[in-house]
Amino acid sequence: MNHEAPLREFLGLTFNLSNVLMVTVASAIVFLIAVLSTRALAMKPTGMQNFMEWIMDFVRNIIKSNMDWKTGGSFHILGITLIMYVAISNFLGLPFAITYNHELWWKSPTADPIITMTLAVMVIVLTHYYGIRMKGFNEYGKDFFRPMGFLFPLKIIEEFANTLTLGLRLYGNIYAGEILLGLLAGGLATGLWGTLAAVVPTLAWLAFSVFIGGIQAFIFVMLTMVYMAHKVSHDH
Amino acid sequence: MFTLDALILGASDGFNGGDILFQLVMFLLLMFLLKKFAWGPLMGIMKQREEHIAGEIESAEKSRVEAKQQLEEQRQLLKEARQDAQELIENARKQGDLQREEIITAARAESVRMKDAALREIETEKDQAVAALREQVATLSVLIASKVIEKELTLEEQQQLINETIAKAGDLR
Repeated sequence: MNHEAPLREFLGLTFNLSNVLMVTVASAIVFLIAVLSTRALAMKPTGMQNFMEWIMDFVRNIIKSNMDWKTGGSFHILGITLIMYVAISNFLGLPFAITYNHELWWKSPTADPIITMTLAVMVIVLTHYYGIRMKGFNEYGKDFFRPMGFLFPLKIIEEFANTLTLGLRLYGNIYAGEILLGLLAGGLATGLWGTLAAVVPTLAWLAFSVFIGGIQAFIFVMLTMVYMAHKVSHDH
Repeated sequence: MFTLDALILGASDGFNGGDILFQLVMFLLLMFLLKKFAWGPLMGIMKQREEHIAGEIESAEKSRVEAKQQLEEQRQLLKEARQDAQELIENARKQGDLQREEIITAARAESVRMKDAALREIETEKDQAVAALREQVATLSVLIASKVIEKELTLEEQQQLINETIAKAGDLR
């Protein structure tokens, strides 16, 4: 029972169709939640609007804890989209995994390093872009030699380290969660006694995974804003 | 038997350039769409509410100040009214006193005047009575005298005689 990734070649690029599917599903769910909950906007918020406003305030506070709102305000939308997308992606792999033709189709998109690294690189590139745009190229360049000139190599390494840790932390957490879920469900739950023995740890691990999924989404956005603040604010 | 190979996705199978591209495009598209259809309107309404609340607070503050001012005004008016009433009462009292005084004075003067008039009338009446009596007495005397002396006298002589007699009688007394 070897499950493989559904790899396909298209236009000279390799597509993991499982990732394509799950990215699409996650995006669609985020979009639906966001749009449906903001259909009937009212001055006195009710139900889902409250939830959405809570998320907005939550992200606003994350940004405010890193930089002043005047510069941070432009990353608000990025932050909200990121936190919802990552959280939903983390949760997607929890209820079940679907295999078809020995290929694994349904899983968390964030349980694949290529997805998390894409997000991480995108974030880091954005921080550099906004760093140049908000401070000018000179100031941006000088930041690599602060506070001491000889730290320049470390600064360069830092950029790569930031990218790697940002992406791989998320991947590692979600991937580990899914592996353990897969082990519990596929390895331990064989036969009546095995299933009975697997119920309690699976439930516990599911709960913990939901927690991890939320926390990792929060951490991802928090670190995004921390890196962003490093690049765009003047007091560093 | 379940193996973990299933979960080691893509990582071992080379570079999935398509996934990267797809993820990037999808995320940017998602962000753009959400900005347009969800976050934008939501931020708009949140801002609107913020302004609404600020406006409400401002207007509440304003009406509070206004109410305070009006209260002060009312208080002032009440005070004035009370003062006016007090003044009015005071005036009325004063006027009443004055009037009483006047009435008493007038009554007193009237009584004095009436008394004087009465006295004067009495005097006049008395004088008149005396005069009338004198006339009567004269006539009677003439009558008696003419009877007595049987002598005709003219009225003037008679009168003179009487007056002399009376004067004499007065002197005699």
